[in-house]
Amino acid sequence: MKDPVKKILLMGNPNVGKSVIFSRLTGTHVVASNYSGTTVEYARGKMRIDDEAAQLIDVPGCYSLEAANKAEEVAVKMVEEGDVIVNVVNATNLERNLNLTLQLIKKGKPMVVALNMWDEALEHGMDIDIKALEKKLGVPVVATCGLSGEGIKQLVDLIKDARPGTLKVKEDIWSDIGEIVEDVQEVHHRHPTFRQTLSHATVHPVIGPFIALIVLLLSFAFVAYFGDFLHELLEDVFEFLWLPVANALSGLLAGTGFLHDILIGTLIEGAIDFEESFGLLTTGIFIPIAVVLPFVFCFYFLLSLLEDIGYLPRLGTLVDNVMHRLGLHGFSVIPMLLGLGCNVPGAMGSRVLETRKERFIASTLLAVCVPCMAQIAMVVGLLGRAGATGLAVVFFTVFFLWLILGILMKTFIKGETPEILVDIPPYRFPYWKSLAKKVYMRMKGFMKEALPFVLLGVFIVNVLYSVGVIDFLSRIFSPVITGLFGLPGEAVGALIVGFLRKDVAVGMLAPLELSFRQLIVASVVLVVYFPCVATFVVMYKELGIRDLLKSTLIMISVALFVGGGLNFILRAVGV
Amino acid sequence: MSKELTKLKAGVSGRIVSVEGGMGIRRNLENMGLRVGTVIKKNSQQIARGPVIVQVGKAEVAIGYGMAKRVFVEEE
Repeated sequence: MKDPVKKILLMGNPNVGKSVIFSRLTGTHVVASNYSGTTVEYARGKMRIDDEAAQLIDVPGCYSLEAANKAEEVAVKMVEEGDVIVNVVNATNLERNLNLTLQLIKKGKPMVVALNMWDEALEHGMDIDIKALEKKLGVPVVATCGLSGEGIKQLVDLIKDARPGTLKVKEDIWSDIGEIVEDVQEVHHRHPTFRQTLSHATVHPVIGPFIALIVLLLSFAFVAYFGDFLHELLEDVFEFLWLPVANALSGLLAGTGFLHDILIGTLIEGAIDFEESFGLLTTGIFIPIAVVLPFVFCFYFLLSLLEDIGYLPRLGTLVDNVMHRLGLHGFSVIPMLLGLGCNVPGAMGSRVLETRKERFIASTLLAVCVPCMAQIAMVVGLLGRAGATGLAVVFFTVFFLWLILGILMKTFIKGETPEILVDIPPYRFPYWKSLAKKVYMRMKGFMKEALPFVLLGVFIVNVLYSVGVIDFLSRIFSPVITGLFGLPGEAVGALIVGFLRKDVAVGMLAPLELSFRQLIVASVVLVVYFPCVATFVVMYKELGIRDLLKSTLIMISVALFVGGGLNFILRAVGV
Repeated sequence: MSKELTKLKAGVSGRIVSVEGGMGIRRNLENMGLRVGTVIKKNSQQIARGPVIVQVGKAEVAIGYGMAKRVFVEEE
């Protein structure tokens, strides 16, 4: 049976402004889903054509229909299912884009071509004869500019005139393309604009890294401050709205007992403490919503903004040489940076990497050597009083570890690290509506994927505490902690709690009156030994159980080796 | 005389004369508009075996060092 609602496919190369057109054509109701059986995500929305409802599908960007990668495989399958194709073409780069256009024409589906980025083409001094192109291809062609909305109305009107192309595509597709481009396009010389000069500067081998440093510092400052602002706002909301509810429930459960331990947790000095009670309905929902969410939101907003402006491919290009030494390529810098704020979006971000090897290295490095905001705050809290030397030792150790571990994994993990080959698009103003949609869809992914598992993690730890498993573990591990790390036995509990919440672990270490050496060892071990439960869950989803176990083994070995080694070295130099 | 793209000076144009490697790398480069016969201009190259950035038509493409070494160009 055929679906009664018309399926319109929006197709084109990556970076041609497809999602902006998608946002222009659809209403607010947009759904992101994975194509069945794949990790390839696509968006669909509703639109109306002549008062008839239709479904618009934002097909993943692809350069051809040769099914050479997952996105292309999905695109090929979608073409079979679609009724009409809207082919978005970057007018500034006809030659490359027409490859897909001609392959689509071969499929014989009704089609319309949108010559997008028309404004940029004019700026570049390009003159394209639309009527001639229409005649050559045999399908309607319209000039559009997604950002200003120019041509969008005409595009909608043309969809009902969509027809199969009449061009007989030859075996050698490139000779066809060459002929078409020759006939319809004229290029006049233009002096470089400010945007182009800026574009060159940001990938300049000397100036580029300086600009990158400034961009990164500004980004980090934005996320730290604005995230903290939102965090405090949400904390107030919790205090005023949720605390009375939780208190009432605590009273109902008489303030004690198994169920109380699970749901509310332990009362700190007779009251509920959202950060330390560890109940499912207290700390369990407080941490993900009031602590993690604000930073995740800020990160996603900023990442999407940098992406839409066009800075990310440039940043990836600049750091590609360093990342290659670690078995990664330039684009893996994105999950690493994300991880500095919160490891959860970082681990989720490793999804964009192509090969299993890269995803494994990136998420393991992230879990071991990239401290999140909570961890950074913890180290500063523990060591800050003792001066900058201790902090320097800790952060240098972690950075050094990042390099060494990366180089080791590059050597020993099987698989390939692909070379980058990316389009460096011109800088563009973001279109707020598609930016908002992007952030919204990413946030939804986080809420749906991470939140339930954070709750589950808190639940499990609570049960283990209640039945005495944690105490049991403390007794088993104390020889390692005292013997190898030179830490007092009481530190075990803190290390175990650190699995759930790093900064609370500090609260448990602080009263132990550790020596300077012990503080350094404890800080480094807390940073490297495990990420939090939520990160683990995301890593499980992204890597699968086998690779997660391998990665965990690496985390434990590194923690033992580095903690023990640091203890030994510091003792040897008399710290 | 053809040479590796990595050996071309920044700011110099060249015509791609051959690509060393299998179908995969050829197709990927073709998808970015880089075919044998295409005239490109090398805009810059990152230090320490970093990517090469080339201009093809009005578009800019970054090519990883290892891949750029397999692209042979003749100076124009």
